[in-house]
Amino acid sequence: MAHLGAGGLVKRVLTTLALPAVLVAAWWFASAHSTSFFWPPLRTIVEAFPETWTADPWLHDVLPSLARLAIGYLIALAAGAGLGVAIGSSRTLREICEPVLEFLRAVPPPVLIPVIALFAGYTGWTSKIITIALGCVWPILLNTIEGVRSLDEVLRDTARSYGLGRVATLWHVVLRGASPRIATGARQALSIGVILMVISELFGANRGLGAAIVQFQRGFAIPQMWTGIILLGLIGVALSALFRLVEHRALAWYRGLRQAERGA
Amino acid sequence: MSVILDVDGLAKTYTGHGREVEAIRDLTFRIHKGELVCIVGPSGAGKTTLLRCVAGLLGASGGTVVLDGSTVTQPPPGMAVVFQEYGRSLFPWLTVRKNVELPLREKGLGRAERTAKADAALDAVGLRDSADAHPWQLSGGMQQRVAIARAIAYEPSVLLMDEPFAAVDAQTRADLEDLVRRLWHQLGVTVLFVTHDIDESVYLGQRVLVLSNRPTVVLEDVPIDLPDERDQLGTRSSARFAELRSHVYELIQQAKKGHRPEPAGV
Amino acid sequence: MTTLSALAGRVATRPAPLTKSRPAALGMLGVALAVGLLEALPRLGIVDSRFLPPFSTMARSLAGQLTTAEFWTATGQTLRGWALGLAIAMAAGIAAGVVVGSVPLLRALTASTIEFLRPIPSVALIPLVVLIYGSEMPSALVLVVYASFWQVLVQVLYGVADVDPVVRDTARSYRFSRRAVVRTVVWPTAMPYVVTGFRLAASVALILEITAELIIGVPGLGRSIGVAQSSGAVAETYALVLVVGVIGVLVNVLARAVERRALRWHTSVRGDL
Repeated sequence: MAHLGAGGLVKRVLTTLALPAVLVAAWWFASAHSTSFFWPPLRTIVEAFPETWTADPWLHDVLPSLARLAIGYLIALAAGAGLGVAIGSSRTLREICEPVLEFLRAVPPPVLIPVIALFAGYTGWTSKIITIALGCVWPILLNTIEGVRSLDEVLRDTARSYGLGRVATLWHVVLRGASPRIATGARQALSIGVILMVISELFGANRGLGAAIVQFQRGFAIPQMWTGIILLGLIGVALSALFRLVEHRALAWYRGLRQAERGA
Repeated sequence: MSVILDVDGLAKTYTGHGREVEAIRDLTFRIHKGELVCIVGPSGAGKTTLLRCVAGLLGASGGTVVLDGSTVTQPPPGMAVVFQEYGRSLFPWLTVRKNVELPLREKGLGRAERTAKADAALDAVGLRDSADAHPWQLSGGMQQRVAIARAIAYEPSVLLMDEPFAAVDAQTRADLEDLVRRLWHQLGVTVLFVTHDIDESVYLGQRVLVLSNRPTVVLEDVPIDLPDERDQLGTRSSARFAELRSHVYELIQQAKKGHRPEPAGV
Repeated sequence: MTTLSALAGRVATRPAPLTKSRPAALGMLGVALAVGLLEALPRLGIVDSRFLPPFSTMARSLAGQLTTAEFWTATGQTLRGWALGLAIAMAAGIAAGVVVGSVPLLRALTASTIEFLRPIPSVALIPLVVLIYGSEMPSALVLVVYASFWQVLVQVLYGVADVDPVVRDTARSYRFSRRAVVRTVVWPTAMPYVVTGFRLAASVALILEITAELIIGVPGLGRSIGVAQSSGAVAETYALVLVVGVIGVLVNVLARAVERRALRWHTSVRGDL
């Protein structure tokens, strides 16, 4: 791929963009003369976009939503990886915790919202951040445990026989070795986090991206609602692209290792 | 010459599944400073168990291992291990250089010193050019040389090698054997080399300890009176090599049949 | 290497072997500890029992609900929505995956679109389905199908891409028809991936079904939880959350059992990385 000629590059760009272009065009023309209330012309939606998402909603809806997601997600990542290393390192602890964790993971995260609402109502940032963190933590935790558990014994022995201390072993061996699984968990957690970011705002009349979209829907501001759906989609895509970028850099060694193993 | 490694009455019994497996009964041997000693035994003789006990990775059920005057209860600072599973003992997320440097960093060496030692070690095994590659980009033989470089950069008083060449092809294996001999000469390090390959043990060692089958004891301590300068062709085709080889071979055959030495003191 | 030394190696590198019942016993201990904690925290006043009733109170509430028709109706609605959505997503995902995956041009053309559509959060569609279907079952169905479809599709695409080129060439050199290639080469290779897709989709489908019930008010256990919470029936809320969790565990267990059964012939059961 690295040494693609100019022709190859053009071909790649074409194959990447062809279908999306066709789909958008199809939507555009199919909806051009739409009088359906639910399916306004794409043109109307596109025109509504800059009017709807001005500085004020960005500042008071979109960015706060993303900030809550980031805080909750990072808390889940730290707690999940930390606890996962602790639990994964001890066989006994792992066996004690396993069924309980399997149960907690299996609880669909949105039901956390009514439970958290019982404690503190459901206004303000804290309850939403708790929701996101509690929803995201299980896939990270369980994958970290599995990653630590399946760490190669020979690597552990190597670390021990070369006198690597507790901290160095934890940092250079356990966390690094478990990182592909942690990334798997973090990827699952990210999509749960986005879901929870949205629905935590549907509960109770607050501001936020999810709340804004629902208000458009309740007020029958259909083109605006569509812009919200599209914006949410774009955010989902952007976050997933960002995640892949980070993962791509952090786990370059893992991809190489897998390729080498497959080639062998 | 002073004794650097003293294994006295080492015993190891595994318990589990409600039954006991006696892997090592009573192992006693000494290694002097600067020696290259091979341990060879039939399959299942508990060679790996022995090595893990000596390395302090596994607690013994009885007896003692004394390295440089202090008893081994956990991995001692003066010991470096080269494992059989080269692919699994190198950290795949670190480059070759970082793999060699990581233990040095733990020893508290400064950056400049680490770099110098890592460079020297990689030079010694002929891998200076691959310093920035990741282990999985290298061939099996090269990976094992990285593991050897890591071990010698650590400057151990005893270098333990656990069937290090069991998983590489025959030609690479011959090269690596000569590398071990050369490094041993150059660095004056003490080497304990565990193998199941009789030829390899005779070719490499100054002494060969032949183990019995399980529960393991030392069957015989065979001195290898081959000239110090060895090469794959000349040494292996010499008459003395053939004699020693067949002697060790017979011992292994006896060991497989369950032959054991007379209990000591009888 | 003989079995003996292999055994010695294994004994040497693993911690002491243990009997099979140990993990189960420790697991039971863990569950008992968790239940004990849920009982003790409110009883000792560490957590306000208005927010977290003792476990025994939750259990009593649950026992009470198990005798009501509403509870079973809601459970049935949830399970029906889940199963129907999952079935549609499986069928659509497999069909689309095999077709797209088998034709290289189609695969190249759709790759970017799939990568774009997949991360769009299904909940973004909530306002739309509410407008179109209101709080009725099709609302939940759309969300469930949308979310789980991608799980299946992507796995099937991986699976089809995993077909050994040598095997494919062999089939081609013996002039297999396209249909025969799919049946004898593509499908067996893709099968393990399909099953993994099923397992992933099964739990995603449950999440979306419950979400739709909770947020939109589609009839089912999710709506019951919302109603219980907003009417201040705290013990009932927790009892229903426990039920939903148990259903989630059962779905996982079922999916893994299916996976094991389907992959018994397969030499290596892959991890889903």
